[in-house]
Amino acid sequence: MGAKVVTVTSGKGGVGKTTTTANLGVALARMDKKVVVIDADIGLRNLDVVMGLENRIVYDLVDVIEGRCKLRQAMIKHKQFPELYLIPAAQTRDKSAVSPSDMIQLTDQLRNEFDFILIDSPAGIERGFRNAVAAADEVLIVTNPEVSAVRDADRIIGLLEAENKGPGQLILNRVKSDMVKKGEMLSADDVTDILAIRLIGIVPEDEGVIPASNSGNPVTLNENSRAGAAFRDIARRLMGENIPLVPVEENGGFLKRLSRLFAGSSNGS
Amino acid sequence: MVSFLDRLMGRAPAKGSSSKAKERLQFVLVHDRINLPPEQLDAMKQEILAVISKYVSVDATNVDIALQQRDRDSLLVAEVPFKKRREGIEQDDPAYQLSNVEEETEPTNAAPQRSSAGNATKTTRRRKS
Ligand SMILES: Nc1ncnc2c1ncn2[C@@H]1O[C@H](COP(=O)(O)OP(=O)(O)OP(=O)(O)O)[C@@H](O)[C@H]1O
Ligand SMILES: [Mg+2]
Repeated sequence: MGAKVVTVTSGKGGVGKTTTTANLGVALARMDKKVVVIDADIGLRNLDVVMGLENRIVYDLVDVIEGRCKLRQAMIKHKQFPELYLIPAAQTRDKSAVSPSDMIQLTDQLRNEFDFILIDSPAGIERGFRNAVAAADEVLIVTNPEVSAVRDADRIIGLLEAENKGPGQLILNRVKSDMVKKGEMLSADDVTDILAIRLIGIVPEDEGVIPASNSGNPVTLNENSRAGAAFRDIARRLMGENIPLVPVEENGGFLKRLSRLFAGSSNGS
Repeated sequence: MVSFLDRLMGRAPAKGSSSKAKERLQFVLVHDRINLPPEQLDAMKQEILAVISKYVSVDATNVDIALQQRDRDSLLVAEVPFKKRREGIEQDDPAYQLSNVEEETEPTNAAPQRSSAGNATKTTRRRKS
């Protein structure tokens, strides 16, 4: 089987799927994994710009599926990581150009050559979502600590269970520690309590994210970025490493770090 | 869930709008998950109550039948208090039940209220730990 196919999805739009996919792709490649990232958001191509590869696109996902090019021809090699590839979405087509079985066939062709195949899902619960999860071995659900985003995540979890894709694992993105401390934002504990699924990462709100996507260099390439560090941790967890989860509202302080150590053994189940 | 360490570290439970968000989410999700229109949910509650009332005298003003969630499972939790009985009368005496019209408020010596919903529903409200 080789590669693990990981789909990043959410239900609600704009919560950070593309940011997450790009950063996990880069973080895994940096750890010498062979990675291909697939933009399954047909008609709203984005992953290419977030990864800084937009000017190299000749062929896209739909071209491969409709036989206008070989799979290899649509795979764009990353400028910095030779073992990281992007298959871009078609920009001028819609989701109906792809079917779930197309996605399974496509990923099957890639499984032997790669360690990870990451799929960036479109928002929503329709065809595009089903295409994106069809081939998944593992699903990551991105949400924000807001009522509407969590509600939509719950809907996705229900649909995944119905499709036998398991409950998935949760990424809580854009957490503001000061607001959580003040009790004005749902904490990671609150959200996992409600959704009752495993949390694989907590990503803080980070001002470095937008400049990073402005320049096409995912934020995880910046050693000082807290969001970047969170994405690296998620990448390691995907590789099977046991990295304790650190609630973002806890930073610094010896006692806090000590408590984190203990919390890690019970949270990181 | 507040862990021992949380308490030790003095991390207090949220006081601001986040606890409200959590409450509202829990309410919304349990209804999303069961996917039953509100009118039908209401009709179901009325029917359940009607069935119970056929056998025992129910304190209708304090009935609470509601959807709750436990992890990813939804459940219907019914709290159906009985009308209190007069002191000293055998709880399960059917003869008494027929003649009982008064509502007894004095709790001393009254037999503890018992489950009325049988196996179909839980009779105590589950509390979030
Ligand atoms: N941790 C973060 N800190 C700050 N900004 C963030 C963070 N994560 C994402 N963003 C910003 O949020 C916006 C939406 O992110 P992104 O495009 O990744 O979401 P998406 O889920 O892919 O959206 P869509 O549903 O439209 O595909 C972007 O402007 C991105 O820069
Ligand atoms: Mg996107």
